[in-house]
Amino acid sequence: MIRPSRNHPGFWAFLLHRLSGLALVLFLPAHFLVLGSAINASAFDAAIAWTDRPLVKFGEWGIVVLLALHMTGGIRLLALEFLPWSEGQKARIAIGIGAALLFGAALALGLV
Amino acid sequence: MTRELDVKIKRGGDDGGYENFRVPQRENQTVLDVVTWIQREADPTLTYRFACRVGVCGSCAMTVNGRPRWTCRTHVSKVAGDGRLVIEPLENMPVIKDLATDMTGFFEKWQAARGRFEAAISRDDPLVPILPDSPERRAADAAIECINCAVCYSACDVVSWDQDYLGPAALNRAWAALNDVRDGDRAGLLRAVSGDAGCGNCHSHQSCAEHCPVEINPTRSIAGLKRASLVALLKGER
Repeated sequence: MIRPSRNHPGFWAFLLHRLSGLALVLFLPAHFLVLGSAINASAFDAAIAWTDRPLVKFGEWGIVVLLALHMTGGIRLLALEFLPWSEGQKARIAIGIGAALLFGAALALGLV
Repeated sequence: MTRELDVKIKRGGDDGGYENFRVPQRENQTVLDVVTWIQREADPTLTYRFACRVGVCGSCAMTVNGRPRWTCRTHVSKVAGDGRLVIEPLENMPVIKDLATDMTGFFEKWQAARGRFEAAISRDDPLVPILPDSPERRAADAAIECINCAVCYSACDVVSWDQDYLGPAALNRAWAALNDVRDGDRAGLLRAVSGDAGCGNCHSHQSCAEHCPVEINPTRSIAGLKRASLVALLKGER
């Protein structure tokens, strides 16, 4: 249960940003490990073949959506800290999350 | 028959427990009224802090059903629709007893953030004209009505992670001082707010702004301090 004092859009946006960031931190070493295996062609081919599984494809889609969420969240924070203050912070949170999820839907439908 | 509120109050110090009270419900009743009724009618040893009862002095803030609030201006009907109240002391400060916290550290941070005014001229000099609609005056205005209740400080996650962090109230005061064109120590103020415990720690969760009873937005003030201290750094002023 979330503490009532934290139950507001600003905290949820922080939580999303932190958790997506942590997931990307866990993903990146595996990503580089696979890229590094390209020195050995057969090992790289085996790794690429492994990523053809539907579950891994779904995971890749999830990672890209988390990246999109982390990016829109990051842009929002940079705007909050470096641009003159806007009273529309909650709208910005919603726009950022909405844009990232729209991108994820477009990706799932093969539009991008 | 009078309806009764089911009130659970945190007693003792940091390791204390909860005690239940049944309090008559009134049509027009604040959370502070409930606490006062308990102390007068049920248990005179209950310790809490209040003074003005009208939202000016900032001494009666407590955690009410998990949220920090000014209890004198919080109507029971607004926060306890089901007739249940859980009243605890504010967070992020040591508990003295029951609902009273030790606010020493909170106020020391106002000093550490250079909250006091540093005069640039003496009383013998002519008054400095300040236009009401100048950007600095407007920025100071937006930050100036703080009642020092520590609701924002209690709600701040960064304070709970790092007890040295100056916190939203002290930094909000520093932002008002920074926008006071009469202040004579801008560089010193920026040094005070941009150290290890300063404005750079803020994660912009905006819990302070969410809960501030007088609708000040400390996150906005801290974002202003972040920009000002960055500009000063780039100009070599700090």
